[in-house]
Amino acid sequence: MHIEEPTRPTPDHAPSCPLAIDDLTVAYRRKPVLWDVDIDIPEGKLVGIVGPNGAGKSTLIKACLGLVPQTSGRILIYGKPYAQQRKYVGYVPQRESVDWDFPVSALDVVTMGLYGGIGWFKPVRSKHTEQAMHALEQVGIPDLAHRQISQLSGGQQQRVFLARALAQQARLYFMDEPFAAVDAATERAIVNLLHELKDQGKTCLVFHPDLSTVRDYFDWLILLNMRVVAAGPTSDIYTMENLQRTYGGRLLLLDEAAHALGGAPR
Amino acid sequence: MIPWDTMLEVLTLQQYNTRLVVLSTALLGLASGILGGFLLMRKRSLLGDSLSHATLPGIALAFMLMVLMGGTGKFLPGLLMGAMLTGLAGVGLVLLIRNTTRIKDDAAMGIVLSVFFGAGIVLLGIAQDMPGAGAAGLEQFIYGRTASMVLSDFFVIAGVTIASALATCFLFKEFSILCFDEDFARAQGWPVHRLDMIMLALVAAVTVTGLQAVGLILIIAFLITPAAAARFWTDQLKYMLWIASCLGAISGWFGSSISALLPGWPAGAVIVLTATFIFLFSMIFGSARGVLPRYLQHIRLKKRTNPGKRASTCKFPGGFSVFAKHADVVQKHTRSTNSPGTTGRSH
Repeated sequence: MHIEEPTRPTPDHAPSCPLAIDDLTVAYRRKPVLWDVDIDIPEGKLVGIVGPNGAGKSTLIKACLGLVPQTSGRILIYGKPYAQQRKYVGYVPQRESVDWDFPVSALDVVTMGLYGGIGWFKPVRSKHTEQAMHALEQVGIPDLAHRQISQLSGGQQQRVFLARALAQQARLYFMDEPFAAVDAATERAIVNLLHELKDQGKTCLVFHPDLSTVRDYFDWLILLNMRVVAAGPTSDIYTMENLQRTYGGRLLLLDEAAHALGGAPR
Repeated sequence: MIPWDTMLEVLTLQQYNTRLVVLSTALLGLASGILGGFLLMRKRSLLGDSLSHATLPGIALAFMLMVLMGGTGKFLPGLLMGAMLTGLAGVGLVLLIRNTTRIKDDAAMGIVLSVFFGAGIVLLGIAQDMPGAGAAGLEQFIYGRTASMVLSDFFVIAGVTIASALATCFLFKEFSILCFDEDFARAQGWPVHRLDMIMLALVAAVTVTGLQAVGLILIIAFLITPAAAARFWTDQLKYMLWIASCLGAISGWFGSSISALLPGWPAGAVIVLTATFIFLFSMIFGSARGVLPRYLQHIRLKKRTNPGKRASTCKFPGGFSVFAKHADVVQKHTRSTNSPGTTGRSH
């Protein structure tokens, strides 16, 4: 498979830049998963990350959060390494990453978003519970606060994860497939929430595999297939040529892409 | 039949020895209930088993070392120190195998568990052949022997219990986020490995102090069974740990009392059987997820949503999954027998 030289944005590491990635390479057992990733995300944008399966989307987010060791490169969040900027970053993992049979209520899970701020040895106080409750209101399920989490539907579980990230009161959010297998109501609720966050000047990086809705949801795009194929405003980036370069010879996906693209400029 | 006055004497802890053993095992049950709860939630139950089996070579080695240094070899703190060291080495080896090779958790634990236990048996044999040293009695650590417990054991167990309870009070928030969502905990900056190590060190401490009471083979049941039973009564981790520690203490208390009443019934085994009985009872009657309450709930739901219809034809929105599956199978079956040319078995 031939991948052309990616179109790179010019590096700019102003402290106002929510996420600046320089030459990032990540390898698992010597097999590279991400190559030479160079991205600068502007503030206050809804950024969609698109690419085929195995393109390293989840790895990119985990590298940004220090969950996987990076082979080389540098990741700066508002001008500093992640370890110093944790309080500015919210994280919505994939829903399948946890055991929903765990004996906690929805409110307990949301409160976990505040644990980092509460600090060592200190108990959860009622003001924290109120904050968590407020986050549940923002995602529209305050009435389910005391339900055990296995009794929630997939969409409701996803909202709980979103509420947990909201409770973190971050400026930059990483969301790993928040739209995966959720009902239409939840999808709308998430989209509304994303716009609310954007209106507050926050930046969201959303890993989103569904090409048909990419153009409606995001105003900035990163096309990823082990390397950054293209990154920039959706209107510039979302072209047939770029999608072809991202998805390579995967014809089925290309058909889907062509279908989704409709009358987009070539 | 046991005379009433004997029974009363044991149950009211009149004798010094009974009192010591019963209170020690009850305290041990308290601690193992709490830590077993975390172990279960962290999905590390078998790691506890590897740990306990890996204590055996440590006991034998500590004995040999102490004999070579001119001691009696039966110095208990020394033996337990050895047990602790190889137990933790076993856990370390499991984690090392898992992290550096492609061998999965369960295989790594199986390997470590049997290799360490095998090595322990061999070393025990060698220790027994050592000239001038009576190693007889060392094998009591395999199955446990409460009769050999002394007052200092009680204090050690009490210390471990207090340490476990304090750690749980102060680190409840940290342990629960670690058990629920490790990646999220790490992203928030919690030192996941160090928390895991604290948890495992406490489990190791409980295991080692429990060696005399229940033995290294059965200690895992003492850790896991009360916690698993508690899960049937509540959907809240906090209450689950309280219930688990109570059930553990009850198992220890009654198990060792029964064993004191019936000569020839080893305490360790009776304690584990008591815990298992409590587990079975919880599994059936547990208010949060017991089989019976869920079945009744399912019946009520069925009556409400679909009055007058048979179970096989009604579709229900939730309820008990086993019955849901069953209904599904019945549905399939009726569908396939209705259609010509197929048999119900073909699905």
